[in-house]
Amino acid sequence: MWSANQRSHLVELEAESIHIMREVTAQFTKPVLLYSIGKDSSVLLHLAIKAFWPSKPPFPLLHVDTTWKFKEMIAFRDRRVAELGLDLIVHTNHDGLQSGINPFTHGSAVYTDVMKTEALKQALDKYEFDAAIGGARRDEEKSRAKERVFSFRSATHRWDPRNQRPELWKLYNGRVQNGESVRVFPLSNWTELDVWQYIMSENIPIVPLYFAKPRPVVERNGCLIMVDDERMRFHPGEKAETRWVRFRTLGCYPLTGGIESRAQTLSEILRETMTASTSERRSRVIDHDQDASMERKKQAGYF
Amino acid sequence: MHAAGSTGAVMERAFGSATGGGLLRLLTCGSVDDGKSTLLGRLLFDCRLLYEDQLAALTSDTSRYGTTAAGELDLALLFDGLEAEREQGITIDIAYRYFSTARRSFIVADAPGHEQYTRNMATAASTAELAVLLVDARKGLLTQTLRHSYIATLMGIRHVVLAVNKMDLVDWDRAAFDAIAAGYRKFAADIGLVDVTCVPISALRGDNVAAAGASMPWYTGPTLLSHLESVEIAREREAKPFRLPVQWVNRPDQHFRGYSGTVASGTVKPGDRVVVLPSGQITQIARVVTMGKDLECAGAGDAVTLTVRSDLDIARGDVIAAENSRPVVAEQFAAHVIWMGDEPMLPGRSYLIACGTALVRGQVTELKYQINVNTLEHLAAKHLDLNEIGFCNIALDRPIPFDPYSENRDTGGFILIDRVSNATVACGMIAFPLRRATNIHWQALKIEKSARAALKQQKPCVLWFTGLSGAGKSTVADLLEQMLHRLGRHTVLLDGDNVRHGLNRDLGFTDEDRVENIRRVAEVAKLMVEAGLIVLVSFISPFRSERRVARDLVGPDEFVEIYVDTPLDICEARDPKGLYKLARSGKLPNLTGIGSPYEPPERADIVLAGASEPAAQLAEKILDVLKQKSII
Repeated sequence: MWSANQRSHLVELEAESIHIMREVTAQFTKPVLLYSIGKDSSVLLHLAIKAFWPSKPPFPLLHVDTTWKFKEMIAFRDRRVAELGLDLIVHTNHDGLQSGINPFTHGSAVYTDVMKTEALKQALDKYEFDAAIGGARRDEEKSRAKERVFSFRSATHRWDPRNQRPELWKLYNGRVQNGESVRVFPLSNWTELDVWQYIMSENIPIVPLYFAKPRPVVERNGCLIMVDDERMRFHPGEKAETRWVRFRTLGCYPLTGGIESRAQTLSEILRETMTASTSERRSRVIDHDQDASMERKKQAGYF
Repeated sequence: MHAAGSTGAVMERAFGSATGGGLLRLLTCGSVDDGKSTLLGRLLFDCRLLYEDQLAALTSDTSRYGTTAAGELDLALLFDGLEAEREQGITIDIAYRYFSTARRSFIVADAPGHEQYTRNMATAASTAELAVLLVDARKGLLTQTLRHSYIATLMGIRHVVLAVNKMDLVDWDRAAFDAIAAGYRKFAADIGLVDVTCVPISALRGDNVAAAGASMPWYTGPTLLSHLESVEIAREREAKPFRLPVQWVNRPDQHFRGYSGTVASGTVKPGDRVVVLPSGQITQIARVVTMGKDLECAGAGDAVTLTVRSDLDIARGDVIAAENSRPVVAEQFAAHVIWMGDEPMLPGRSYLIACGTALVRGQVTELKYQINVNTLEHLAAKHLDLNEIGFCNIALDRPIPFDPYSENRDTGGFILIDRVSNATVACGMIAFPLRRATNIHWQALKIEKSARAALKQQKPCVLWFTGLSGAGKSTVADLLEQMLHRLGRHTVLLDGDNVRHGLNRDLGFTDEDRVENIRRVAEVAKLMVEAGLIVLVSFISPFRSERRVARDLVGPDEFVEIYVDTPLDICEARDPKGLYKLARSGKLPNLTGIGSPYEPPERADIVLAGASEPAAQLAEKILDVLKQKSII
């Protein structure tokens, strides 16, 4: 029941995101939702289902699989897609795979470029998607703060931060020519805390890795890397030890640091999030490779 | 440094904001040196919303790019997100920031202050409910303070906080603050700003930002933060008549047909009588659908799906509105326009106009005046350049429903989109509908184009020749017309120079006049196609945009664009009218190709290499294509 005084900020954020999703469907011929399985993707998917209900979301999901995701993520992905009856496209950069690109020997910069950025571009080209919906938020990183909700990309997928379309009111200009596309970010105005609060209030399923439990990890450069399978390469003297950890963000297991925690419920996670002393991207190895690395990756076509 | 407060306080903050004062969208503006970024950094810092790794990054950035005294963090660097910005020490683009307190969540749009960024400020202001204007206590009110206030008001912001910053540099002097505040209140009243709050602060030291501090005991008003937390934002849009622009028709199967959209104003509940515009059909709301449960009532800002009781044809772009309090439906209106494109706005040029969820073609028919944002004077103008503001008449190719912007931002604001580049080139705020057109109705005629063409036993069409002066357009067109004439076709040739002797003799060679020149010729060509003729048009027609308008005026199979592609040096060597010689000597400033641009067609129907074959052969080529297209 609507009431002027009790309208919470989550209700406003939800309405804005739904409006954006509907604009995508109305304006583009072939949209896709980038589903990366993490908590933001879970929220994104939930919003897509709400936006078009009782219809199903009128676009497929795309997962760019580097083959290095946590096993639990893949299991969760397949279960959710089956439960919801949605179309899922999984794309892997097989060229990269065949040339043996992996997160251990090639460093996160090369690895990310080939297995994530290149792979994404391959998939967008192959299926000729003209809009790709992603779960990025402006509060994640400085250069993201200047990104549009409808972020225009050239035919070569490049982002030009100095030449973005002004975005006013609720009017999103999604007009593109052949080959050009738009990345759409319905969660632009959400914070990490909003995401957790929303997951809690809407009871949205998330990958169990977000909850703390004893897991085999090695400590490396201050990050706790989980030993998720036999491909893990140990440095001399390293040995897996069992610690209580959970993850604030999810990605490829060799590049994702866990945090020590005993938070086993959403309200405990929320409590930790609000008293956290570091931002969530701290646990991603790839962002620290070089100064302004996100800005450069984004210009080259990364999400 | 520990970045977050005690658990209890923080929990209270998060859950407080989730249930309490909702979301406040605000805009901060000020000039380069007023300390805007420092203020935002201070707010986050004092609210303990900075993380340790962000502080560490800031410390390292301060030593690299910082401008503060040794040992002090340069909080401004938190916000200059792009590398280029940090290197140049300026903010290029709007940045959005987020913070929350126990009482409210805030979205802050931080707009750069330079004059050339009027478009950024307007963009940031379009979704904001409140503006924080920064002034430097040492400098007082500057021209740009007034400019920012005017733009904020123009964009519909009704609440302004004047933060008088750097009070530490004027020895916390009350008289300095009072003088600035009094001056501002007078100006604000002049431009119709009612809710103004003035706060003396030091963003660098923190006084009166989140906490009062001890330096200004004479100030008894609220701190900036406590004002932002408690200011009553008039949520007038909920009290206004119901409007829902239809975004998407929701049709999972034949049993359900819903209309999805966001309520722009008012409330809606089952049983309400509504009108669907522009068609004017009346119906009643059956259900207000959201996932999981139907709503008893939805209000402004809610994203819902409506079903109605009758079987109607409703599409994206329509507005569902309260039956007894309707928006205007018109195809002309007057509006303020802020130009955001690199190329100037030219009256007569055709743009796409997005308003609500409607997308229509339209043009600026008249630029009434330009507004000097520094003095608010009205100036006569022929065109608008980037960051200029004008008051214009706009005509659409079909009527759409809208409200005045002052009544409703979502149904009264629009953007203009360039039809070639697809760039968003302007935003506009509708002032009032123009009713001039309402007394002129389209007269339905019994004899149609097809009947007239049938009598002539031909397919009417426009053969549009474009190219540089001296390219050979008129020569080829003349030969082609002779060939068509011999074949028994009814033709007419509109030649650029000839038409400028009569119909267009009042037009010169500025960009504005060139646009109008082509608009008139395109309309004449259309009338002659209606008459059943094959119309040869031989005009330089330098702009893609106007050629596209000419194409759109007639049917898709009735327009053949012929590009006579002759290199400039050859045209110049031919120089049949001596124009290039004049242009090179500076006596003819606007000759296409020399002093004025030519935009070659990207996909002409026929491209003729004007330098490589004799004109008669080129005309034969066109004839062949016309046969292939079964036009003749």
